[in-house]
Amino acid sequence: MSLIDNINKAFDHRIRLGIMSVLMVNDHADFKMLKELLEVTDGNLASHTKALEKVGYISVEKQFIGRKPNTRYAATRSGKTAFKKHIEALEKLIGK
Amino acid sequence: MDSNKYLEDITEIKSMMSRSSRFISLSGLSGILAGVYALIGGYLGYLILYPSFWKFDTYEEIQLTLVAVALGVVVFAVLTAMLLTFRKAKRSGEKIWNVSSRRLLVNFLIPLGAGGIFVLLLLRLEYWMLIAPATLLFYGMACLNASKYTFGDVRYLGITNIVLGLLATYFTGYGLLFWILGFGVCHVLYGSMMYFKYDRR
Repeated sequence: MSLIDNINKAFDHRIRLGIMSVLMVNDHADFKMLKELLEVTDGNLASHTKALEKVGYISVEKQFIGRKPNTRYAATRSGKTAFKKHIEALEKLIGK
Repeated sequence: MDSNKYLEDITEIKSMMSRSSRFISLSGLSGILAGVYALIGGYLGYLILYPSFWKFDTYEEIQLTLVAVALGVVVFAVLTAMLLTFRKAKRSGEKIWNVSSRRLLVNFLIPLGAGGIFVLLLLRLEYWMLIAPATLLFYGMACLNASKYTFGDVRYLGITNIVLGLLATYFTGYGLLFWILGFGVCHVLYGSMMYFKYDRR
């Protein structure tokens, strides 16, 4: 049963999984890049990034590039650790 | 019971990680064709430089013809690469102009642009001997730098060209030979490796 315990509910969605995967291999990603990669609507992406931000797995940085507002996301240390654990748990569950 | 869903999750994670960090629509076939163009260019270069049916009156004519042949090879290679990569991206559903392709292009063009300017300055000083080594070295470094953002094979193409560039600097006078090896043979070799690994599915 301990195997299932390691499955993190915060990542139990295709879009949240995608966001974390992108942020694991890139130092940061902005809203547009995530939107392009995951092929989701603005509202959908915003709600999932908010959920991940709330549990402290990603950090959000708002800034202006020229006059355009730009939102940049990065995975926090705890987010990376949690995601690694989640992947390990998934791999173990498949292995059985 | 949920094993299928977990497997899907892992597949999704892997595909997102590679798609967000690497441009994977680079066509191997375009590498092969670039190599073929370079081999043809190399053969023309041989005909120009060594006694053949092609006769020139002045050194200037020889230089101009060589530069024209080299430019022709580059133009054909770039056009082919763009066309085939565009086609491959369309087929696999990857956007041609996305974060990965931009990052790949910028990191490829920085060393290559520096090399291009360097070679032009060498031409101005008439350091003919160093042209072939310099093009090989800078092209190798451009590939090495770009390889972080696409298939790993490009890294070995880069390293091979750097080594050839250094050898060409030592064995001066064999510039054309090293040029044919680096741009012709290497491209065909690594291009076919990539073609069989990624293009044919």
